[in-house]
Amino acid sequence: MNASTAVERRITITTADEERLRRQLADTWYVPRGIIGWFSVADHKTIGRRYIVTAFGFFIFAGVLAALMRVQLAVPNNHFVGPDLYNQLFTVHGTMMMFLFAVPVMEALGVYLVPLMVGTRNIAFPRLNAFSYYVYLFGGLMLVVTTFLNTAPDVGWFSYVPLAGPDYAPGKRADFWAQLITFTEVSALAVSVELVTTIFKARAPGMSLNRMPLFVWGMLVTAFMVIFAMPSVVTSSSFLLLDRLVGTHFYNPAEGGDALLWQHLFWFFGHPEVYIIFVPALGIVSSIIAAFTSRPIFGYPAMVMSMVATGFIGFGLWVHHMFATGLPALGLEYFTAASIVIAIPTGIQIFCWIASLWRGRPRFHTPLMFVVGFFAIFVLGGLSGVTLASVPFDLQVHDSYYVVAHFHYVLLGGAIFPLIGGIYFWFPKLVGRMMDDRLGKWNFWTLFIGFNVTFFPMHILGFEGMPRRVYTYPDNMGWNTLNLVSSMGALLLVIGGAMFVYNVVRSYKWGILASENPWGAETLEWSVSSPPPVYNFLHVPVVEGRCALWDRSAAPPVVTGIRSDVREVLLTDVMDAEPTNVTEYPDPSIWPFLCAVVTSAFFVGSIFTPWALPVAILPLAVTLIGWFWPKERDRERLAEERGEVGEEHPPAPRLRAVGEARA
Amino acid sequence: MTTANAPVQEARPVLDVGALPRTVFGHQGLVWWGTAGYMVIEGSIFVIVLVVYFYLRLQVSDWPPSLPNPSLGFGTANLLVALASVVPAYIAKRKAEQFDLRGVRVWMGILTLLGFVTVALRVGEYFSLNCRWDDNAYGSIVWVLLSAHTVHVATDVGDSAVLLALAFLGPNTKKRFVDYSENSLYWYFIVCWWVVIYLTIYFAPRWL
Repeated sequence: MNASTAVERRITITTADEERLRRQLADTWYVPRGIIGWFSVADHKTIGRRYIVTAFGFFIFAGVLAALMRVQLAVPNNHFVGPDLYNQLFTVHGTMMMFLFAVPVMEALGVYLVPLMVGTRNIAFPRLNAFSYYVYLFGGLMLVVTTFLNTAPDVGWFSYVPLAGPDYAPGKRADFWAQLITFTEVSALAVSVELVTTIFKARAPGMSLNRMPLFVWGMLVTAFMVIFAMPSVVTSSSFLLLDRLVGTHFYNPAEGGDALLWQHLFWFFGHPEVYIIFVPALGIVSSIIAAFTSRPIFGYPAMVMSMVATGFIGFGLWVHHMFATGLPALGLEYFTAASIVIAIPTGIQIFCWIASLWRGRPRFHTPLMFVVGFFAIFVLGGLSGVTLASVPFDLQVHDSYYVVAHFHYVLLGGAIFPLIGGIYFWFPKLVGRMMDDRLGKWNFWTLFIGFNVTFFPMHILGFEGMPRRVYTYPDNMGWNTLNLVSSMGALLLVIGGAMFVYNVVRSYKWGILASENPWGAETLEWSVSSPPPVYNFLHVPVVEGRCALWDRSAAPPVVTGIRSDVREVLLTDVMDAEPTNVTEYPDPSIWPFLCAVVTSAFFVGSIFTPWALPVAILPLAVTLIGWFWPKERDRERLAEERGEVGEEHPPAPRLRAVGEARA
Repeated sequence: MTTANAPVQEARPVLDVGALPRTVFGHQGLVWWGTAGYMVIEGSIFVIVLVVYFYLRLQVSDWPPSLPNPSLGFGTANLLVALASVVPAYIAKRKAEQFDLRGVRVWMGILTLLGFVTVALRVGEYFSLNCRWDDNAYGSIVWVLLSAHTVHVATDVGDSAVLLALAFLGPNTKKRFVDYSENSLYWYFIVCWWVVIYLTIYFAPRWL
């Protein structure tokens, strides 16, 4: 089959046909209403929006905690918060930003955008998607509740043993941390399987791998990284819980365990985690630059190879977090080299983007401003990263504010600036209205200046010896001015954050209504109305080039023969996206929500007693069986198939052009 | 705002997929991808747990440290049952792909039965480890290794039992036969890992 060489004969789809199809698709792919309906939704756009809003909720919460820390550190010998609360503040801030905001918000964008970008009607395994959202929500709420109850984790976002072990962290604080990891990994792994399957199997015909949008490539690499990195933290956090709950000895050197084992397992996940956050951001940057220069990204193959290379090399760096642990020097050299090598693919991408901007005529709307801000901040963060790859230097600044400055430059610069630019960019697609561009530019400059004023002084504070994770400092260390400056910058960041929220809320209500493609961008999500109809595409498109909309002929080719009275979805093959078969997605269901409730209760219960497992098995089995139990649609399906069951399966027929078929 | 349906009205049908199969087995179907995705994830977890096993081995001079070796009886018996169960799993898969409902019921029934036998033998295995999880790090990792596998066995046996019930209750749509088929795929995965984990638990202490 080859779409472009198929017999082309103009078949007119009449307006009446279209209208009928539109109504039927809307009926078939309905989003249920009512309270039970609200918890039954399995549409990727609805779930994706909830994911994004929830993630930003956690972002604001964790941001407030950071602001409290900056208030505390503004002046020496401050007693605004005490050491115990301060420990909880920085632990929850880091944990929430990494596990409940940065990773989920990127996956959330993927959940919303990937099915639209690849031209399909929903994400693969839509109910699993709903389940993953609720597990994530409940896990995050658990951490918020512990913060208010003064039982929040207080051992740092990487929860090192022995500090987090049973001997030095009595109470349940560290257990809440470990179980939060379980919540987030269950949800992130589920989303990754959905994304990989959607990307590999549900792309529109013609969208071969080498025509896939760079954002989709980014999400694919990220999903694979999650799949291979998360099992490590699953294992390590489970071991931590077991050590604390039932007296195993994984991290207990007195009984043959090892404390460094924790660091190996955690960072084997933790370093790829940085790239799990960063690689989707690369996709966002490419999407924005292409749209605002109105030309394809320069060096597509190099961009893809760089993202894939980043995904691989990201797994070979974990020991650079452990330079101060006394590991053999020979081993450290390897990790120094790998840590420097990973700058290469990133550098290639930066140069490709610069080339794209150089050759195009960039229009500096808010999203592109955030991308330019990303260049400035991320390159600085990348440079300080290369310095940290050197063992002697790392030992000097280890656990100092230099490190805090570095990773905020990398993470905020590398992920948050592109993300906020991305929200400005896709907001019209998400809600159907434009965000205010003038306010957006003010928003950008406030955040950009605020960011640098907050975090640049921390480099110097680090050189001057100020350690991380101290709740206050004496007056005579020479750190006063820079800390005060940093706290002033944090105030600007808070104002910038508030401006963003205000712009979102105001635009949601009163923003200018958005056309389907307000930026003139090239990917498929911009070919449908803003926000898209519940079935995404009236006709499944046939993709004719790398830039789906720019390379599209005047009368865009489409697929026919997919049923509109049931939730049929076209599947295509992995490499060339040639149609292979048609599958049916399930209707909305309340069971994934119920299953998530039981799962969450089990996770929370197991913090307190191992008996949570036997107690949870029965309700868990009930909800899972309810989830998979035959529905009305299965009986219909059987009636349709009746008489066919037991026959030899028919071979896949050759595909025909419609004109040919009807001629 | 532009008219929402302007470009669509010019849509040009070039590809009719009405005749494509609605039910497929294997890697063209989504059930395969979901199963494979979770096999990769869980396989990665097994790999990490095994890495921890050998990492902990390097921390001490004797293995098992001041404990007897695990007894072989229950574990070996279970390995044989698991290997034997591959046969009904294979036949059940073939029968499912031929839409042979009777064959599916019979062979998936046998598979489920053998599954329950492995679960029962597994209980005996815990007693033949000759250690407790809180004795030392060796005891901890051995218990976790066995339990990680037990969770998979128990889940898939439960899954098979539910599918068996559905095979009797219906409606047996073609789509359901894909579930019957991929259930065997997941069982292969569990049996393969059992070989590796069996060798590690029972023979690493003897050979290393």
